[in-house]
Parts: sequence; C-alpha cells; structure tokens
Amino acid sequence: MNPVLKPDLITDVRELLQFGFMVNALAAGTIVAVLAAVVGWFVVLRRQAFAAHTLSVMAFPGAAGASLIGIPVALGYYVACLLAAAVVGPTANPRQRWVGSESATIGTVQTVGLAAGFLFLSLNQALLGEPDSLLFGTFLGITHGQVLILLAIALASIAALAVVGRPLRFVTVDRELARASGVPVRRVEAIFVLVLTLAVAATSQITGALLVFALLVAPPACALRITSRPLPGLLLSITLALIIVWLGLALAYFTVYPAGFYVTTLAMGLFVLTRVVWR
Amino acid sequence: MFAHEFVRNAYLAGTFVALACGVIGWLVVLRGQVFAGDALSHVAFVGAIGAAVLGVDVRIGLFVLTLATAAGLGLLGPRARADDVVIGTALAWILGLGALLLALLAASAAGASGITTANALFGSIYSLSRSGSWLAAGIAAAVTVAVLGAARPLLLSTVDPELAVLRGLPVSLLGLGFLAALAVVTAESTQAVGALLVLGLIAAPAGAARALTARPYRALALSGGLAVGAMWGGLALSYAVSGLPPSSAVIGLAAATYAVCAALGRRRRSDRAGERIRTRPG
Repeated sequence: MNPVLKPDLITDVRELLQFGFMVNALAAGTIVAVLAAVVGWFVVLRRQAFAAHTLSVMAFPGAAGASLIGIPVALGYYVACLLAAAVVGPTANPRQRWVGSESATIGTVQTVGLAAGFLFLSLNQALLGEPDSLLFGTFLGITHGQVLILLAIALASIAALAVVGRPLRFVTVDRELARASGVPVRRVEAIFVLVLTLAVAATSQITGALLVFALLVAPPACALRITSRPLPGLLLSITLALIIVWLGLALAYFTVYPAGFYVTTLAMGLFVLTRVVWR
Repeated sequence: MFAHEFVRNAYLAGTFVALACGVIGWLVVLRGQVFAGDALSHVAFVGAIGAAVLGVDVRIGLFVLTLATAAGLGLLGPRARADDVVIGTALAWILGLGALLLALLAASAAGASGITTANALFGSIYSLSRSGSWLAAGIAAAVTVAVLGAARPLLLSTVDPELAVLRGLPVSLLGLGFLAALAVVTAESTQAVGALLVLGLIAAPAGAARALTARPYRALALSGGLAVGAMWGGLALSYAVSGLPPSSAVIGLAAATYAVCAALGRRRRSDRAGERIRTRPG
C-alpha cells in the first residue's frame, strides 16, 4: 500500500513512524543533521568545503579497497578518509589557501583516491554493489546498531569541538595572533581535521556522500550569513539542518522520488533565500 | 604498441586533452578554482542523465548543463570567482537533481538502456573511436589556443584585479570566459577520456609547476609539458601492465610528479631562506 499524505498532520506523523526502518532512518537523519550542522559551521568559517568534499569522496576507494582485501567496508572507509586527511589536513590555512597551491593538493588527493578505487575494482574483477548508493546513500535498512554507533561518534565529535571550538575560532580568524598568544595552532587544526574526517566518514556511510555534503555546507552558510555570533549561529545551523532532513525524509516517504533530491533541493532553496534576504 | 588503432587514438586524444588540462590547470590553480573544475566534471554526468531522460542527444545535455553551471558559478561570485560555499551548495543540489533524474529514468520505458548510454559515455580512453579522438583533440587544441591567446590579460586580472580594472580590462567577462573554456574542456574530455583524468590533469601538473617556478610563462609551459608527459607515460604503463586501468596509471604518475616537485620546491625555498640568514650583515 502506498502511503498517502493527508491534511491531518498527526495522522501523517503517525504513519511516518509506523515502520521500524523509518524510525531508524529518522533517528540517523537527526544525528547526522546535528553533527553536520555543528562541524559544518567551522568548515564554512574556515572555507574548507573542498577538503570536506574530497574526504566524502573517499567512500569509493575505501569501499573498493576493503572488498579487495576482505576487511569490513566501514573499516576501509575510515582508513581511506584518515589517509586523505593526513595529506589534506596540513594545507588548512584559510588565509593562504587560495593564493597557494593548496587547492591543487586537495584536487590531486581526490583524484588519486578515485584512481586507486578504480585500480582496486579492476584488480578485484568485481562489481561494487550500487555505485549510486555510495553517492546518494540509502536511508532504508539502517539498523539500530548503526544508529547507536553514529550517536557515539556524534557525541565524541561534538565533545571534541566543545573543547577546541574557542581556540579554533581564534586560529581561523587570526592565525598569527593566535600563534603569538600561545594557542597550539597546529594541534588545534589537526584535531579539527580529525573531527571532520570522523563526521564525514561516519555519516556518509549511512546517508551517502551527497547528503552529508548538503548538510555540511548549506545550513551553516545560511546561519553565518544571518549571524556571525557562535552560539546563535550554531543553534540556527542545527535548526535549519533538522528542518531540511525531516522535511526531506518525510517527502521522500510520501512520494516516489529519492531523499537525496529533496534534501539537496531544500538546502539549495534555503541557501538562495538567505542570500537574497540578508544581502 | 602503436600498431593497435586504439592506442593511436588514445595517444591522439590524450596528448591534446592533457595539454589543454595542463595549460588551463595552471591558471585554474592560480585563480583557486580547482573546486569549480571538480564541480563541473560531476555536473557533466548529471547533464548526460538529463539528456537521456528528455530523449535528446547526450552531448547536448552534457554541454548545456556544464556551460550553464559555469555561467551560474561565474555570475554568483564577485568578479566571476565563486567562493567554495556557493560551489559546494550548487554541486550538492545538481547531484541531488541527478538522483531525481536517475529515479525518473529507472521508472521510464527507456530506463535501463538510457542509463547504459549515459554510463557508456564515460568510457575509458582506450575505447575511443577514430572520429571521437579527432573531435576531442580538436576541441582541446582550440581551447588551448584560446586560453594561451588570452593568457596575458587573464594573468593580470588574476594576480591584480584592481590594476586590471584600472587598465580597462573586462575582469568579470574574462573570468566568465575562462570558466566557459574550463566547462568546454571538462564536458568534452569527460566523455572522451573520463572525468577522473580531467580533474587529475588540471590539479597535479599545475601544482608541480607552481612548486618549481614562479615565472608565469615558464610555469605554463612546464604545467602543459608535465601533463602530456604523465599522459604518455601512464598510457604506456597501463598498456604494459595488464589490469592497470589507464586513468589510474596517468593519475598515479601525475601525482608522483607533484609530490617530487613539491619536495624539491620546498628544499629550494628553505635553501634560499638559509642563504638569506647567512648573508645577513652583523
């Protein structure tokens, strides 16, 4: 039986929560939204969207390599992401990135990752499930265990950010002054890249690289345009991300079209709206 | 090796695509637009799927969507240089449209065959036809000539936009034109040799050239040369080693060259810094 959207909101929500898979999907979506909105606020502030995109693409070589040597796909994913982060991380200097060759380094890391993925596939002589589920993810079939792991990673990441958040902001706004004031600049930046890697790897396993990227960039960018103060900005970013995910998943449930389309379209719509209103 | 027609076709298209990527890539890196190039190569795929849904020629979808995205990115950013947040959001949205189009295509009558057509377009460099390789080489050569012709004003508008405006250069128009050239190369090469090769050859040789020299024209030539070298070496390597895909071999060589050049460049810079300290009076 196809679900039908009725004018009565309570019935709709009850219908949405009728099946276990949908409850898990909404729980995972909620965790992802909060985590991505918080980490993404710093990503946008530090202008590291390209690095974040490159990390999320590492899903492909990670999965292909893992299936080649026979280890769990999730493990391969974390290893590939951490390797990429080790190269991309040191290039993270927001003030100098666009005048130097750092974007060339990030682009090269991304293509090397993809090329390695193709090599693993060709060595394995096997097909890798569904290539689009890597990119677009599937919200169906998320288990309760996966939700718990996701929750643990999200709590750890947000706790780490709560510790380094203030110095990280200082480093981002004025790196030299932060260094002169005794902030361990490199260590703070390394911790942030680690948190970003964990967040991207954990969430895009479940939601696909595409969804996490839409949540990582658009809601924080909207929030930063409206306010540059950290606490209201972070709360606003989380709120927007939650609206996008819940609406997107509900729309995907009641129609035949994929969640990835709704989530990214809602994100783009909000982004354009804030650009127009807060010029 | 050159007795095989597919090898000759691959070298013909590969040489010119690599040259175009290397030359444009150096300017792309200088302008900090690698992310834009990356986005365009993803967008090309969505364009192809869209064309399959509408039932028009796949190349039309490819070129229309990449050029439209390039124009959009150019118009959204100051002086036709969109920032990475805009690129990221737009990229996610267009890929989301791709997800929708895939779902539409899978539901339609032409479904499976349409997806195969779109996929087949992103073929390997070793499956190029004779006419396909001439076309790719021709487009790549034309774009290279166009960019080289505009290299001087492009360089000035990149390095010092204020001065360029004072000199009366149309900075925004140049930026838009440059993005359009990037879009044409990406769209054509993506379906001829694969998106992976395009992005790799835009980023890695340019990074290597920048690490070695700061002189613009020398770096431009070096970047083009290194890209062509990586292409030739990689094609030969993948021909010799079975199971090694050509794109992986070319990217591997290009990235290794970049790593070596970056190390060389760093050592040279620290040598120079050391000299300066040693020769400082008193």
